[in-house]
Amino acid sequence: MISFQNLNKYYKKNHVIKGITLSINGPGIVALLGPNGSGKTTLLKSFLGMVLPSSGDILFNGESVLKQYSYRKQISYLSQISRFPDNLTVNELISFMKEIKPGKTREHQFIQMFNLQQELEKKMGSLSGGTRQKVNITLALMHDDPLIILDEPSTGLDPLSLKELKKFITEERERGKLIVITTHILSLAEALADDIIFLLEGHVFFNGSMSALLNDQGEINLENAIAHILKSTKKVKDAEDIKI
Amino acid sequence: MLKILKYSFYEMIRSRWIFIYSGFYLIASMALLLLSNDISKVLISLTNIIIILTPLIGILFGTIYYYNSKEFIQLLMAQALSRWSIFTGMYLGLAAALCISILIGIGIPLIAYGVLGSAELSLFLLLITMACVLSIVFSLMAFLIALKFDDKVKGLSISIFVWLFFAIIYDGIFLLLLLGFKEYPLDKLTISMIVLNPIDLARILILMKLDMSAMMGYTGAVLSKFLGKNIGMIIISFSLLLWVILPLWTIRRVSMKKDF
Repeated sequence: MISFQNLNKYYKKNHVIKGITLSINGPGIVALLGPNGSGKTTLLKSFLGMVLPSSGDILFNGESVLKQYSYRKQISYLSQISRFPDNLTVNELISFMKEIKPGKTREHQFIQMFNLQQELEKKMGSLSGGTRQKVNITLALMHDDPLIILDEPSTGLDPLSLKELKKFITEERERGKLIVITTHILSLAEALADDIIFLLEGHVFFNGSMSALLNDQGEINLENAIAHILKSTKKVKDAEDIKI
Repeated sequence: MLKILKYSFYEMIRSRWIFIYSGFYLIASMALLLLSNDISKVLISLTNIIIILTPLIGILFGTIYYYNSKEFIQLLMAQALSRWSIFTGMYLGLAAALCISILIGIGIPLIAYGVLGSAELSLFLLLITMACVLSIVFSLMAFLIALKFDDKVKGLSISIFVWLFFAIIYDGIFLLLLLGFKEYPLDKLTISMIVLNPIDLARILILMKLDMSAMMGYTGAVLSKFLGKNIGMIIISFSLLLWVILPLWTIRRVSMKKDF
């Protein structure tokens, strides 16, 4: 479904993505993990056309997405946004997104899921951070698209809403969709993901199923496996430093 | 683009600052009308306010609006929209709100006072047009500055400096040049320097309309000769148009290459 071909991205002299070649195919849930600055968000943003790659190509269903925008009709993207236009109400924002992206929507499902009925006529500027994230999720996921990309979906969510969201995500997987999640909460990734892609300093360090990752690292859970990877790479690095 | 324009316009006209801005013009025009019964004097006073205030508010609102909408722009970019339609939509919403503030704040009191039937109608229309043109030009510059600089503090400082340059520093340099080269014929220099600054252009256009060229001595004579000719009007319109097209083109170029 998504394929990155020898993708490179420089921010000035900083080489953030170093020749990544990667295919992500659905259906299923793929967790994109990695420490801060490993290139997760840059990778997703280059797929969505917000960041322009320095070299390489990105394909979606076999077609290059560079300099295109109509492919985004098929993508639901949840961004890490904390500021919306302050003077628009929740209802207005929902109808705005529906106008921009026509098609069948299911906002009522989310309004019910997150108990947003009372908030619909309130202005975005007056909402709390958690409620804003709920609106953000509603806006992002109300369309029925074959590809869902979630950038830190759990930010600011209360446990009950997070549980509901998890349920929604697994239901979407059952319906044959591809879902890509980036998160810092490893338990969320562990509970949901079928496959793990682990980025480290702009490279793909691991790409495979969750069980393969645990086997590789000889650990029983994701947190330990990730800690193991980070420790061992640090050792290698230290050793290299000493050599120099 | 039209959908984005519609919502960014909704967002803007509900902003407290746009209310305060229109309210200020409303109060200023009413107060001036109460103090003086002569419409042309009121229009001259309003010119002085507009020449300074519309560029300042245009550039400040534009910069702040862009920085506040930055995250929302990213959300829009993940939709099936081209970058160009996102930016023009957002920009036109802002420009429309600024122009409507001027129309309400200055238009309503003066129309109520009866400017439409008076001899000053064309001056009034010119004043409103220039106020809108200045708002458009300076809010475009604001978008460009905000696009170029991701740092909010840096962007705002540069915006204020750009306003200061066109509103005050430019005229200072202009005067120094005129003084320094007073031995030489300066009409061509004078005219080209006026044409290169949208604020000066608006000011001179309004002053000439007031038939004040007689009071401006030789310069006034040169200017009225220049402006009286068709070629003068063409050059002025062209220059104002350039002040819109050039930033717009640069915004397009910068936004196509930028990482968000």
